[in-house]
Amino acid sequence: MPVINMVKALNQALHEEMERDDKVVILGEDVAQVGGVFRVTEGLLDRFGNKRVIDTPVSEAGILGCALGMALGGLKPIAEIQFSGFMHNGFHQLNCHAARYRTRSWGHYHVPMVMRAPIGGGIRALEHHNDSEEALYVQSPGLKVVFPSGPRNAHGLLLSAIRDPDPVMYLEPKRVYRAIREEVPEGAEAIPFGQAQLVHEGKDITLISYGAMLQESLEAADKAASELKVSVEVIDLLSIVPMDTETIINSVKKTGRCVIVHEAPQSCGVGSEIISRINDHALLHLEAPIARVCGYDIPYPFFARESGYLPSVPRILAAIRKTVEF
Amino acid sequence: MPRTALKQFTIEHLQIMDQDGNVDPALDPKIPDQDLKELYRTMLKARMVDDRMYKLQAQGRMGTFPGVKGQEGCLGYGYALGKDDSIVPAFRETAALFYRGAPIKNILQYFMGMEEANVFPPEVKILPIPIAIGSQTLHGAGLAWANQIQNKPGVVLTFFGDGGSSEGDFHEACNMAGIFKLPVIFVCINNGWAISVPRTTQCASETLAQKAVGYGFPGIQVDGNDFMATYVACKEALDRARKGEGPTLIESVTYRLGAHTTADDPKRYRSEKEVEVWKPRDPMIRFKAYMEKKKLWSEAWQTKLEQEIAVEIEEAVREAEAEFQAINPYEMFDHVYSEMTPDLVAQKEHALEFAEEVAALHH
Ligand SMILES: Cc1ncc(C[n+]2csc(CCOP(=O)(O)OP(=O)(O)O)c2C)c(N)n1
Repeated sequence: MPVINMVKALNQALHEEMERDDKVVILGEDVAQVGGVFRVTEGLLDRFGNKRVIDTPVSEAGILGCALGMALGGLKPIAEIQFSGFMHNGFHQLNCHAARYRTRSWGHYHVPMVMRAPIGGGIRALEHHNDSEEALYVQSPGLKVVFPSGPRNAHGLLLSAIRDPDPVMYLEPKRVYRAIREEVPEGAEAIPFGQAQLVHEGKDITLISYGAMLQESLEAADKAASELKVSVEVIDLLSIVPMDTETIINSVKKTGRCVIVHEAPQSCGVGSEIISRINDHALLHLEAPIARVCGYDIPYPFFARESGYLPSVPRILAAIRKTVEF
Repeated sequence: MPRTALKQFTIEHLQIMDQDGNVDPALDPKIPDQDLKELYRTMLKARMVDDRMYKLQAQGRMGTFPGVKGQEGCLGYGYALGKDDSIVPAFRETAALFYRGAPIKNILQYFMGMEEANVFPPEVKILPIPIAIGSQTLHGAGLAWANQIQNKPGVVLTFFGDGGSSEGDFHEACNMAGIFKLPVIFVCINNGWAISVPRTTQCASETLAQKAVGYGFPGIQVDGNDFMATYVACKEALDRARKGEGPTLIESVTYRLGAHTTADDPKRYRSEKEVEVWKPRDPMIRFKAYMEKKKLWSEAWQTKLEQEIAVEIEEAVREAEAEFQAINPYEMFDHVYSEMTPDLVAQKEHALEFAEEVAALHH
């Protein structure tokens, strides 16, 4: 069975789905001839031709707006935005249009498109290439927001994204692209949205994370076990909209403690929403305030200073210790 | 009723110096020898800095950066500007920026990931380098608008690429500038490629210069590898802007001889044959041929320049790296607002405390 990285897993999912459904088309900057700057769409042009794999001009509003039109016209467009930080150029097409078409037409029209983009920092990239803007998409009701953390779930979630009748923001943590390899059998199943994964069982504290931060969280959980003798339960959200509240609540009820880790800025981030849900459903089970280890409320620094910004294993460990010792 | 032609347009192409360094006497801007020598030196400097950066990048001492080799003809724009004029750059016009007096250190540190490198000395009037393609054209228009409203002298020149011309921001910038006759010059550095996507996939029009027509102001295409042509076209645009006649679009046709960035492999999308066609059109080769003909160039002078510039570069590298080493990441909180919000004060304190804890653990 093939053991592959996330780039290959995404590529495999695209191949499988384009093979299965001839309505699926891919468009974006540099997606065809070079197969995407990270090579996620490599080989698709050769296999499916230039009507289904389309290099576009540098025009995010153009890409997203046209993808929306294509979706209304019966296709299943997958729009690649080179880095999520450039999604903003087309944000109105997402927030004001893709997200609302269904509501606007009282269910008559819908927009089955996927927006794929690499997200997050830690690869010494230039400005805008590192930002994590998932909260903006959560604040655009009508969009689904998916955030895989490794090759296998990236593959399964992408299949679901393409088959989904709604617009799906599919955010790929680029730091993970080539960092982890997993077995992804051909024809592997689609992974439904709204089901978080309990990655690591534990009893003392719940650690909730997604995307690239899952690796840091798992490492911190290991260290917590060996250094602090704390048993950590780790949850990988996988999809933020819809969010699997049940898995979160069950875990927090069991452990009574919780730390949330994400690299997006802290204020009004996904962590704030999770805390709010825990307050709603499990307040009386809490033994300590819920801690967050997040990016700071500052523009993502240029890479000379990014080490100070990104949540790190020691920072997560410190939050675990503080929560357990509360 | 017959159909009548309402409007007709022509788009000029301007070249003053040919590939072998011969200058059309009718168009010769007659640049003084001393200036020519300074221009040549600056072009060489831009190329040498670029070479040095590739080595630094390979050694992990610099981040990903876009090379400028082949595009140094943009130098003429820097030369044309007066002291009140400003540049709103993209990220590949090092030669023009150097001519304006931008320090080498800024370029190095920018690509070492340091925000402070975006602050150029005030007299050079260069705004920070943007990364979001095309966005800066609107800032250029706005800056020019501010000058117009306040009766301040100064024309604004904004650079962007052929790729940048596909972004909505470019359209909106031209539209505003045309309507309000803003003292701005849009310089499209058409280097043939936007990463892997060729110029023909940016726009179906034959030239990018002709886009100006739609916005009601003149557009001209110049040989971007001919610094005399870039200089003269810019001079004309400056004159128009100074007379209150509004913006000009200059399409500067050049070629990216190297990869898009140090992370890119151009072999995947363009033929070696195409590159071979452009190699002899290199602005550096032409400039040198011209200087030789004018007896302004000699082997000894070249060697002397190279040695001088190499010293200048090494000094800049040393200084840039020393400052890079001394960086405190927690300064990242200090410049978000005019005054740090209470939240940020708390976040910074927390980060510092934590950094100390970690440092203590490691000792
Ligand atoms: C808004 C935006 N979209 C995408 C990118 C990624 N990107 C960086 S450079 C580039 C190509 C730009 O081409 P062009 O404007 O012709 O300038 P060149 O790189 O050729 O100098 C792209 C697509 C970006 N930086 N900004």
